[in-house]
Amino acid sequence: MQNTMTISFNALGENEAFSRVAVASFAAKLNPTVDDLAELKTAVSEAVTNAIIHGYDSNPAGIVYISATIEDGEIDVIIRDEGRGIGNIEEAKEPLFTTKPEMERAGMGFTIMEHFTDFLEVESSTSAGTVVRFKKRLAGKRVNCV
Amino acid sequence: MVTMKAEAKGKVLIIRLTGELDHYYSEQVKEFTEQQIDKNQTQHLVWNLSGLPFMDSSGLGVILGRYRQVNEMGGSVTVCGLNTQVKRLFQLSGLFKIMYVDQTEEEALERLEESSCKTQ
Repeated sequence: MQNTMTISFNALGENEAFSRVAVASFAAKLNPTVDDLAELKTAVSEAVTNAIIHGYDSNPAGIVYISATIEDGEIDVIIRDEGRGIGNIEEAKEPLFTTKPEMERAGMGFTIMEHFTDFLEVESSTSAGTVVRFKKRLAGKRVNCV
Repeated sequence: MVTMKAEAKGKVLIIRLTGELDHYYSEQVKEFTEQQIDKNQTQHLVWNLSGLPFMDSSGLGVILGRYRQVNEMGGSVTVCGLNTQVKRLFQLSGLFKIMYVDQTEEEALERLEESSCKTQ
């Protein structure tokens, strides 16, 4: 059976911890491994940070929307903002690329999301904002014991 | 939240972080560490991250920024006490190529002491 939750919150840095813990708590019913849960939290944190500092330029009036669906042992997470959008998505996904070097951004957000999830999709328009969607299998993983 | 503690041992500055290091706390960690580096005339920086169960790329940015700061003065940066998630972040970003990694703070300090004896 499909199970969905949605949350929305102001683009405040202090909400980042809340958002990743909320998604991780929702995912906990799939009984994920500690490492998988940590990876999920990291991917959420990266996408939410991007929405706050890039999408909304740290303007707390902006709203970040998260919806997550659990089905067949997999979590499907959509993180959306209505901010300025990404001009060139392929460039933004390049490791170490950042538009905010003065903020000491590592430019690793999308690289981390790609490595820590099983599927990543980014849609963006400079008029409507950005939608980041990723999926991660959390249940039914088998450990091969020799 | 993140708590930060600093201890200077000679030219080595140890920064011990506990909590979850994300964008919200990265500026505080940056300011604290910058001040400590200046105050203690630090040559080598050791990050003890054994109390840090979570970090994202904002944390990598702070650590990379302080690497640049210390490296300009001919010093080194060591990270120790990394959990699996934090270790993977370092691997993905290539930071292990420019920093030392040790299991524990004690091992890091021993190695730094040995290397300083060799160069004297």
